Amino acid sequence: MTLTLPPRTPMASRSLVQRFRWVVSDTWNVASRDLIHWVRQPVRIFSSVMYPVVSILIFGYVFGNAVMVASGGWNYREFLMPGLFGQSVVLGVGVTLVAIAEDTHRGVNSRFRSMPMSSTGFLAGRSAADLLNSTLDIAVLMVCGLAVGWEWRLGFGNVLAAFGLLLLLRFAMIWLGIFLGLVIKPENTSVVWTILLPLTMFSDTFVSPQTMPHWMGVISEWNPLSATVGAIRGLFGNPGWGGDSWVAQHSLLMAVVWPLAITAVFWPLAVRRYRSLS
Amino acid sequence: MADAILAEGLVKRYGAVVALDGLDLAVPEGTIMGLLGPNGAGKTTAVRVLTTLLEFDGGNASVAGLDVVKGARELRRKIGLSGQYAAVDENLTGFENLDMVGRLYHLGKQPSRDRARELLERFDLVEAADRPVKGYSGGMRRRLDLAAALVAKPVVLFLDEPTTGLDPRSRLGMWDVIEELVAGGTTVLLTTQYLEEADRLADKIAVIDHGRVIAEGTSDQLKAQVGGERLELTVASARDVALTKAALAPLAIADISVDERGNHVIVPVSGGADVLVEAVRLLDGEAIKVLDVGLRRPTLDDVFLTLTGRAAEEDLTDGESGA
Repeated sequence: MTLTLPPRTPMASRSLVQRFRWVVSDTWNVASRDLIHWVRQPVRIFSSVMYPVVSILIFGYVFGNAVMVASGGWNYREFLMPGLFGQSVVLGVGVTLVAIAEDTHRGVNSRFRSMPMSSTGFLAGRSAADLLNSTLDIAVLMVCGLAVGWEWRLGFGNVLAAFGLLLLLRFAMIWLGIFLGLVIKPENTSVVWTILLPLTMFSDTFVSPQTMPHWMGVISEWNPLSATVGAIRGLFGNPGWGGDSWVAQHSLLMAVVWPLAITAVFWPLAVRRYRSLS
Repeated sequence: MADAILAEGLVKRYGAVVALDGLDLAVPEGTIMGLLGPNGAGKTTAVRVLTTLLEFDGGNASVAGLDVVKGARELRRKIGLSGQYAAVDENLTGFENLDMVGRLYHLGKQPSRDRARELLERFDLVEAADRPVKGYSGGMRRRLDLAAALVAKPVVLFLDEPTTGLDPRSRLGMWDVIEELVAGGTTVLLTTQYLEEADRLADKIAVIDHGRVIAEGTSDQLKAQVGGERLELTVASARDVALTKAALAPLAIADISVDERGNHVIVPVSGGADVLVEAVRLLDGEAIKVLDVGLRRPTLDDVFLTLTGRAAEEDLTDGESGA
């Protein structure tokens, strides 16, 4: 039996390569636009540096000393820091969302969509910029953490793994943020913050879910943020709250599953919404 | 001459609201079509369909010979869009905005820069080129937005209310720029709520209301639809009205009408300024106190009022400004 395949034309493959190169260049162009935004808005840089400092002061010292007494003396700040890493990653939803909502409102998205650039390039550019911003945010938080006695105890490979898990969650939050940003009007974006902040607290970021009312504790344990925070506490060798439920025992697994599931749902929704934006 | 824009029976619904209700449009290459209508008439929806931004429910449309759905990807290389909002990036400089657009059109690094500089010069933005757009005036933003739409030298240009919200001076500036542009042979679809804007810029005007074209033609053709010139007089008292009607009867080419307040007389005439002189002479011989007299040519406002039964700008807040 002979099998004849249609010869692959060099033209087709070239245009495929060309197309790929354009996606890469679109991504870079959109991402660099966002990075210029950061450089041009010192207020944003200021707030992204102040946020970790203020958070550590409030949770580590204002509330932290009370928690430390109750916990029998172990260093609460060592428990707290992975929680703050996770929280900053989830709050990133708001950053993505506001940027997207503003672009939509100003007609910038319409311009981009009326141009021959790929929608993949636009959305990937957005993700690249946000991931880079988050990397810097977490790095700043880590430095602040080191200054107040937080440390990693299990080697640098684990630190990288933890970083990877945080960025994986941030990646999921980007697609959630893009989708919400395309749906929500810019004047309503402040509502998102009021929902987002409590959501980062119904989790194991600051205290053990076991200390909460039972129903709230269950929700908190299943919060995707709890999985990531629990997993990185393990990777850093920081004290956890040692829950014995299934989800608490499998935080590492869930720290991968949750972001992938969220991405799987919101990536296609965001792309679809972007393409048919009206 | 081939049509650069051709739309047949376009329908677009938003739930129960029909934004486009069988819109037909044909714009020959190298001409400016003015799409004139009040807020909510469907102008922007039509532009969004034709620029591949919006899926629609019925009919078909092609631009530059390409179907807006099947040929969307290819079409995007050939069109430029400048919208109601200046879609420029606040935090980027004027140069960076245009340069970025060039690179996103895949013009290449150096050609993008050159094109950006060229357009900044042409749109009188050289001095502001390296300042963030944040500090630009409304007129400068619009010029930059228009420049961005021209980066890839589009064969068809869509201008969606390019001067809405601009002060009269900036509006005049935009008009000059647009006129110059079309002299270069670009096909333009211009939407506007300003009748004088369509009058000045467009070769042909389509009046649109409730998502369909209700009249189409040159500015003169549309004006002819509502009749020709007329004399309008305001007299001091109701008694003078009858005398005026009698005195001016020889000039009238149709029935003389009197408005409800009773001292306003409208006489359909033809013959231009000579008629006005003649009318004054006729009235001079009578004991009539004339408060005001003038020769009026129909405006596109009259056209719109005649076609739709309401003024084009009645639901607008800034519709009164103009040059």
